[in-house]
Amino acid sequence: MIAMNGNTPKRVVVCGDGMVGRRFTEELRRRDPAARITVLAEESRPAYDRVRLSAFFDGATTEDLLVGEPDPGVDLRLGEPALTIDRENRTVHSAQGAYPYDHLVLATGSFPFVPPIPGADADGCFVYRTLDDLEALREFADGKKHGVVVGGGLLGLEAANALLLLGLAAEVVEFAPHLMPAQLDPAGGAVLRDHIARLGIGVHCGTAVSAVVPGPRLALETSGGGGFTTDLVVFAAGIRPRDALAREAGLALGERGGVLVDNSCRTSDPAIWAVGECAAMEGVCFGLVAPGYTMAEVAAERIAGGAAVFPGADTATKLKLLGVDVASFGAKEGPLEASYLDPAEGVYARLVLSDDASTLLGGILVGDADAYPVLRSAVGGPVPGRLADLLAKDGGERELPGSAQICSCNAVTKDTITAAIADGHDDVAALKKCTRAGTTCGSCVPLLKRLLDESGVAQAKALCEHFAHSRAELFDIVRVRGIATFSELIAGHGTGRGCDVCKPVAASILASLHNGHVLESERASLQDTNDHFLANLQRDGSYSVVPRIPGGEITPDKLIVIGEIARDFDLYTKITGGQRIDMFGARVDQLPVIWRRLVDAGFESGHAYGKALRTVKSCVGTTWCRYGVQDSVRLAVDLELRYRGLRSPHKIKAGVSGCARECAEARSKDFGVIATENGWNLYLGGNGGFTPRHARLFASDVDTETLVRLIDRFLMFYVRTADRLQRTAAWIEALDGGLDYLREVIVDDSLGVCAELDAAMARHVESYADEWAGVLDDPVKLARFASFVNAPETPDPSIRFTRERGQPVPESRPSPVPLGIPAVRS
Amino acid sequence: MNWLRICEITALLPERGTAALLPDGTQAALFPLSDGRVFALSNLDPFSGAQVLSRGVLGDRGGVATVASPMHKQVFALHSGRCLDDERVAVSAYPVRLRAGFVELLPEPA
Repeated sequence: MIAMNGNTPKRVVVCGDGMVGRRFTEELRRRDPAARITVLAEESRPAYDRVRLSAFFDGATTEDLLVGEPDPGVDLRLGEPALTIDRENRTVHSAQGAYPYDHLVLATGSFPFVPPIPGADADGCFVYRTLDDLEALREFADGKKHGVVVGGGLLGLEAANALLLLGLAAEVVEFAPHLMPAQLDPAGGAVLRDHIARLGIGVHCGTAVSAVVPGPRLALETSGGGGFTTDLVVFAAGIRPRDALAREAGLALGERGGVLVDNSCRTSDPAIWAVGECAAMEGVCFGLVAPGYTMAEVAAERIAGGAAVFPGADTATKLKLLGVDVASFGAKEGPLEASYLDPAEGVYARLVLSDDASTLLGGILVGDADAYPVLRSAVGGPVPGRLADLLAKDGGERELPGSAQICSCNAVTKDTITAAIADGHDDVAALKKCTRAGTTCGSCVPLLKRLLDESGVAQAKALCEHFAHSRAELFDIVRVRGIATFSELIAGHGTGRGCDVCKPVAASILASLHNGHVLESERASLQDTNDHFLANLQRDGSYSVVPRIPGGEITPDKLIVIGEIARDFDLYTKITGGQRIDMFGARVDQLPVIWRRLVDAGFESGHAYGKALRTVKSCVGTTWCRYGVQDSVRLAVDLELRYRGLRSPHKIKAGVSGCARECAEARSKDFGVIATENGWNLYLGGNGGFTPRHARLFASDVDTETLVRLIDRFLMFYVRTADRLQRTAAWIEALDGGLDYLREVIVDDSLGVCAELDAAMARHVESYADEWAGVLDDPVKLARFASFVNAPETPDPSIRFTRERGQPVPESRPSPVPLGIPAVRS
Repeated sequence: MNWLRICEITALLPERGTAALLPDGTQAALFPLSDGRVFALSNLDPFSGAQVLSRGVLGDRGGVATVASPMHKQVFALHSGRCLDDERVAVSAYPVRLRAGFVELLPEPA
């Protein structure tokens, strides 16, 4: 293939599809779209986010952790590691083939360091590096009670957290005298240790493991002569660069290992580059993703013909470990140090200063890292304020300088983010996409929100030109002030006459807070056409009808009624994705007649037209299935009947599966329930649609009563606090603290609202009445179902059908009518 | 052309549209506001080709009384028929008057 400029496209082979390898291919593709890139990857999965690895035990799936979509323009060869490099012929060999290159990029990452002690390879010993490692750990941990983590650094504490999430008691053994020796000083380590001990994790510092004795339970011998008995051991005592490929090819290595590169990321062979954790940048290896990303950009720029150099690594880190903020930046020691310790609050801060106390050189924060962005961006410059203020807890309220790095993983500054906001990226999702901030470890997302607020984007919460409030704020206003009508609401809290945005929102809020029919008096005028006619508007102006079929379970007699009605009114029928039957092509004047027959046969509204609970889909479970472990149909029917008619910010879909085979696809629903041997697992926040999301595990093995209570609170809290048209997945993501925060609110009752949420749901359940029966019993409401006010008996002649596959479908109509000039006569 | 009597004003739900059939078979949409004014536009949504404008939600944009098409939400000014989301588009607006408690409309716009 010959490129347009006459040059042969570069052949680039990349060894490794980790976070840095992937970033390199993205950067090179951007700079040189013609480059022919082949990636040889050892793992069978495409690049995933290793920084968030422990989220895997918190409900995240392997797909959730993937780093973007593989680029179809890159030849990605998964499960095909590079085996040798033939430098003379510029060719890389794998077990499957040979790949000639003009440029070879090593991005092989690192491997976990396991101390050379007897028994370290015994059954029950694990490392913590890849998703395969985590899957093996999870499988082995099933039914076990206790685990020991060897290593009290960042990775070790992550692993301890993973053990807790797997339901094990955890202990951490650290060789150094305190935790996180690479980042913290002894005092910071001690504060961190107190936090972690409070979570029930045993911490043993200054202790070396000398042997693992295999057996039904493992025995750990330690340097001091003591020991532990445990079910499993996780080695998380650091990482080592994977440089074997380079070593065998005769490339120069760093003194402590790693592929030696200069500041352009070039190895001792000018056609070979190395980036990320496998590279020894001028002799030094970095175990953080941020310097790896920088190297990926430098190498890509160089291969594309540029002259970038590595600017030096910023090893500042800020993270939340086991719920504790930990940050370090700049120098750990210096001529002058100022520190602050509050053992009661578990807060420690230390600043390192120049000898005249005028320049900030570095610092450590434990327990509260709000001041991190301000302090970190001030390193090398004057101390940004009075020391006492900086060390005390309110340091974070200061305004950040434009150069402050907001996202350390992707090196994004405040200036970059404010520029993106000014360009119209007005929410966190848009900022993530535009700047990459918040896409790796996610810890800077609260800061992104704060910058959006400071930029005045907060106004985006205004519902429409008539209300400056968000939906959640309007909900509170209506609830607290006992407002009963839209007129009252807009007169007191809005301007103008309303619109198609705020009126349906108000109708939904009023429906949630007050009993009574959705078409009662003024409320009828607020509804979208679907809610106004209790049916779904179709493209030709006709409507579709969906009776409720709880759990998708229906008797033959009821099926026959639906069939007869569809036949008698010549309606098109189709099975929906929610296990019910949709009848299309009804005129408004036919709706009451159709519903008279449905209601008489025992059907009620399916709320397919509303922002409300739609269906609870189910598999047959123990009723019929050989594999079912619980009665999924009964639970689905009960849940659907409990929540039918609940008005919400958007539609709500649910599912119940009778076993882990998940035939009801419950994890694609707003709430999904999957049966276990011991009860039910509850998953929250899934959806299909434009951006499909998997629901995440919220509670395991709960009994039916607990399950229903959790769903009650989840739904009510969602109804009260979500934005207009915000599905549950986006709502949970927008909660500060996400699913953990939701758990605090509806399990631990951190806001003290659970009793109120329970009572609200009880009111909903008691006051439910079928909306269609309510129309049929009321002549005033019935009169609105006429096609023409001046010819109530005349059917709408504009609704006409042809037939397709034996059923009526809308007649095709001339595309939009000629668009005229306004014709008004005065 | 003469004024056409449509219905009693009390037959209309304030702040909600209603469709009326005109003698030539076309359709009009009547919009009674809570302040007593009544407007009429063609019922035909020019974007979808369906006779549905009467089923839109009423409101105002910058003080101009409007209806939003229930199909794809384009907003039309009630007094002129002009689409406020696409200045090339407009629908017919009919003169309306109240006589002895009845709503009357002048069909066939100029």
